[in-house]
Amino acid sequence: MKRIIAREEYCLGCRLCEIHCLVQHSKSKKLIKVFRSEERRAIVPGVQVEQSGQVSFAIQCRHCDEAPCIEACMTGAMHRDPDTGAVICNQDKCVGCWMCIMVCPVGAIRSGDERHVASKCDLCMGEEVPVCVANCPNEAIICEDDDE
Amino acid sequence: MSKAPYTIIGNSAAAVGAVAGIREVDPDGPITLIAKEPHHTYSRPLISYLLGGKVDESRMPYRPPDFYEKNNVRAMLGVEVTRIDADKRCIETADGTSIEYDRLLIAVGGTPIVPLDVTGTDAEGVFTFTTWDDARHIQRYIETHEVTRTVVIGGGLIGLKSVEALVELGITTTVVELADRILSVTFDQTASDLARRSLEKAGVGVRCGTTVERIRQQGGKVSGVVLRDGTELACSMVIFAVGVVPNTRIVNGEAIETDRGILVDDCQRTSVDGIYAAGDVAQAADMLSGQKRPIPIFPNAYRQGLVAGNHMAGGNRRYEGGLAMNAVDICGLKTISVGVTVADDDGYEALTSLDEDTAVYKKIVLKGDRIVGAIFVGQIDRAGIITGLIKNAVSVSGFKDLLLTEHFGLISLPSEYRKHVVSGTGIEI
Repeated sequence: MKRIIAREEYCLGCRLCEIHCLVQHSKSKKLIKVFRSEERRAIVPGVQVEQSGQVSFAIQCRHCDEAPCIEACMTGAMHRDPDTGAVICNQDKCVGCWMCIMVCPVGAIRSGDERHVASKCDLCMGEEVPVCVANCPNEAIICEDDDE
Repeated sequence: MSKAPYTIIGNSAAAVGAVAGIREVDPDGPITLIAKEPHHTYSRPLISYLLGGKVDESRMPYRPPDFYEKNNVRAMLGVEVTRIDADKRCIETADGTSIEYDRLLIAVGGTPIVPLDVTGTDAEGVFTFTTWDDARHIQRYIETHEVTRTVVIGGGLIGLKSVEALVELGITTTVVELADRILSVTFDQTASDLARRSLEKAGVGVRCGTTVERIRQQGGKVSGVVLRDGTELACSMVIFAVGVVPNTRIVNGEAIETDRGILVDDCQRTSVDGIYAAGDVAQAADMLSGQKRPIPIFPNAYRQGLVAGNHMAGGNRRYEGGLAMNAVDICGLKTISVGVTVADDDGYEALTSLDEDTAVYKKIVLKGDRIVGAIFVGQIDRAGIITGLIKNAVSVSGFKDLLLTEHFGLISLPSEYRKHVVSGTGIEI
């Protein structure tokens, strides 16, 4: 399956990955539109840049082989996609109990303010390369396929 | 007499975990799953959301409709197991059927407590709240009796979730808690006060340090309660939510060792060969203390089931011990608590930060240089990083002063641990 790898020595902390993630998961998929609309608040980017002094890196769900979020999910919303192996939250099933946030050791799942559901990276289902990777100007996040 | 190599009694988190555990090792050995409740496996914690009208019945299933079929599980639903005969390796059901097993998992959960010293509990309109059918019965009772006032006895998790549902329905509700504060098992005073404030803002009456002594009836139906301090509260429905105990009735009189629950080792084995137990019925080791005690929470149940199933099929998973933790949203207030949350003796140290105005509270409990517990109220994002540090017993001496800062994250952690957390394989960070 696809794995996204963070390379902190290349990260500039520009946060373009967060912006592209946000746009990709919007309805319009248009940057200006998303940022001007109310939709902005309803989407939580699945990638987050962490920064401290000169060090920064972009981190998103690791799609763990042993995913504690799937085990802790009480509704069955959090599941492994049988085709891609990605850990996906079915937001139509999620009720926002936050069990997944409680157990994710990476802190990669976030609670939406507008929509009361868990939000996380879905590896940009349907895209060849996740948009955070495709748009990183310095290859600080790269994508590998460990089946290859 | 039919024969099933793997037999599971129960149909909730631990049972479903066990199916997954068996299938990790044995892709197609037949599994028989027997459950007293007639429903397809459903999410038990969702019953409060169902009662409150936040989800409909179509959202109750915990796994897709083809779950049993896909996993080669013969599901016998609505069937009660009455006896386990460990000598003959068979179980008997209420309709007189015998089923032989090779390996058996007991995952029958807990039973809600109705205190014996309360009088009048036989009145119509008195409920417990742990099953889908309970939710339906309560729903029906509210409709047919035009319930406008209720009393919920017990200010723990189930109690507060049922309160939340009743508030959604516009029913005036008072919660009565015997301890000096609500959520007393998992929260400290500060967190509890914030939760109480959230409830009171939603119009809920909260009475702590007292309990119901008597349920008043009129024509056989609930008409009110009398508290220990003499206060009378008029209501037409009462929900008992004072806790659950492991449902060990099925092993009464058998050789299987029990304490409060069925005692199990780190493979979820009971004291009897070929018989396993998992979930709320089991009493497994606590990760922090090493002592065996029941920790009836969802993630532990699933994990224990997974370990049991894996081991039943010949795998070598081990249960690393349970960690008490809860995530609960109380009338819009997000909260998470993990491990030891009250630093009540000398060996512990507590770090706290509180913003009264925004109702944001964070607390980290340390023992030496390790985190052993935490509370998050109002802001919960990234709480799991702390849970990870607890589970992995990571020394925080190098970054202790960052734990409560606003931008605490993976970046605050020692790079070695950070690599461990983010890497599956070959992650460079």
